[in-house]
Amino acid sequence: MEVCGTHTMAIARAGIKKILPEEVKLISGPGCPVCVTSQGDIDRAIELSRKKDVIIATFGDMMRVPGTKASLEEMRRHGSGVRVVYSCLDALDIAKKNPRKNVVFMGVGFETTSPTVAAAILRAKSEKVRNFFVLSNFKLIFPALEAISASKETNIDGFICPGHVSVITGSVPYEKVAKRYKKPCVITGFETIDILKGIERLIRQVKRKRHNVEIEYKRAVRKEGNRAARKILSSVFEAGNAEWRGLGVIKKSGLKIRKKYREFDAEKKFKLKSKTVPAPRGCVCGEILRGVKSPPDCKLFRKICTPQNPVGPCMVSSEGACAAYCKYNEDMTYATDRERKS
Amino acid sequence: MNTITLAHGSGGGLMHELVEKLRIKFSNRILDEMTDAAELNIKGARLAFSTDSYVVKPLFFPGGDIGKLAVFGTVNDVAMKGAKPLFISLALVIEEGLDFSILEKVTKSIMGASRRAGVKVVTGDIKVVEKGAADKLFINTSGIGVISRRGVRIGSKAKKRDVIIINGTVAEHGMAILNARENLKFLSEIKSDCANVNFQTERCLAASRNISVMRDPTRGGLATALSEIARASNLGIEIEEDRIPIKPKVKKMCDILGFDPLYVANEGKFISFVSGKDAKRVKKAIGKSARIIGEIVPGHKKEVYLKTALGPSRILPMLEYDQLPRIC
Repeated sequence: MEVCGTHTMAIARAGIKKILPEEVKLISGPGCPVCVTSQGDIDRAIELSRKKDVIIATFGDMMRVPGTKASLEEMRRHGSGVRVVYSCLDALDIAKKNPRKNVVFMGVGFETTSPTVAAAILRAKSEKVRNFFVLSNFKLIFPALEAISASKETNIDGFICPGHVSVITGSVPYEKVAKRYKKPCVITGFETIDILKGIERLIRQVKRKRHNVEIEYKRAVRKEGNRAARKILSSVFEAGNAEWRGLGVIKKSGLKIRKKYREFDAEKKFKLKSKTVPAPRGCVCGEILRGVKSPPDCKLFRKICTPQNPVGPCMVSSEGACAAYCKYNEDMTYATDRERKS
Repeated sequence: MNTITLAHGSGGGLMHELVEKLRIKFSNRILDEMTDAAELNIKGARLAFSTDSYVVKPLFFPGGDIGKLAVFGTVNDVAMKGAKPLFISLALVIEEGLDFSILEKVTKSIMGASRRAGVKVVTGDIKVVEKGAADKLFINTSGIGVISRRGVRIGSKAKKRDVIIINGTVAEHGMAILNARENLKFLSEIKSDCANVNFQTERCLAASRNISVMRDPTRGGLATALSEIARASNLGIEIEEDRIPIKPKVKKMCDILGFDPLYVANEGKFISFVSGKDAKRVKKAIGKSARIIGEIVPGHKKEVYLKTALGPSRILPMLEYDQLPRIC
């Protein structure tokens, strides 16, 4: 199982599944930060965008994710203040340029992204920016890895571990998953050769009944990770319970803003409550994220749920499993490939 | 389709849908050919006529500016019809409050680009709109050229056994604009490939009478242009990932941001579909940077396949929405 949306896309783009032997199956896990954001969390941001004094700043990928009633893109078209940003610091800039508006950065992402948001909050504090807020939907990947490993739904033999998350976390946190659940973990880069090497290392471990943590992505990942980034992160955020699409509430798997920085917490400012909202009828994004189903198993896939008219986030996110299937037609073998095989 | 979204201008599938809705209303034999320029026959003279509007942000970027783009973009569209571009019109929509020095700078650039492309600005228009009604400056140019080579008939349909040649490296313009607009501060400056290609196309036409299609892969990138041609021709196209030329620093920037270079805009590139027997001659005529990247294949009608570096093939669909940088 890969647990990183960038790996999902890289695997699909290179056609890796088509060259693997039949005994090796790759399954996509909960690695796409947009896809794992719960319906309730998306609805909260959309409701917030209705307020006339609020500008929602978010990554482009979140714009088209369907909420229960609308998407952020639809809200923008109807006049809501919704802006696409490339980083949280862009949102802070917007706040400084619009002192009469409350600018809320809707944050999604894992350990790769959250330190930059922590840094933005620290900057906002030092520059006394009063109209900048963060709606944190950031998640920690390791509790999800444990939840998947503990589950009896799928029989995962090993994990292709996220390269960029691991730049921050280092390799040590994976050891718990490897030892307790006896699952080998290989931290892998994103070039085709990286992914193939990562798969090879996992197969070797499985055959030898080993369950170690290896770093294939040595050019970017060190065992100790990035201590400075983790220090900034933990100074601003603390772990709290979080709802994951498809996985439910996982303890200590989300990042909440610490009391010291509560003036930047959008949840506190706007008194937002978490609500569990059912997924759209027929949408099996949750099961896809758990690795129980693959996109073609979904009755809506390509029929009602398409890239132009997505029902669930796995289809609309640029790193979603359904988007990868659609874009790269992973389930199709072409005549040219059949000729080559024969 | 109830409202127009930004995606309708991205060069991809939604834009095609919108263009088709409008084309039907104006349908005629000339328009229905849907090439980059229209071919007009006026008392025996064959002319190519094209129009385009330029709304690029920022106005100035590494490798070019809106003025240069407005000249070369239209010159290239006319050249894609196998014509020699001669004259362009120039219409400016200026936002109230624009600094005159910016207008001067753009005008100077237009003059330089026109000289370089061998065209004259022969008519024009200026409108000034109130603040907020336009983003600093929009430009429209229309161009006209002469198709003088007998037997040359560049259309929208490729032929069986055609080979595909591109004149150089891809994805530079789109990445240069993104880097400049979003201030991404990549240390390695990427410059737009904004350039006129009309002299290269003239050399192509001198080298072969068997060129069926020429197209400049602007918005939507190379993949979208190929997809359009595959659909129009009712033929299959296969290209090879290893053969597509791309500068290493451009590829790296695409990798970092999660962009597929095949869908990134180009502004100084064109692809030509040439009979296999003339391919080497046309490639040589274009110049050292030209590459053969693929061919028309039997079967897989209306689709473009990419043979990946690893070996398997995958479909290259038309761009649906603008690409977005990955989050992590």
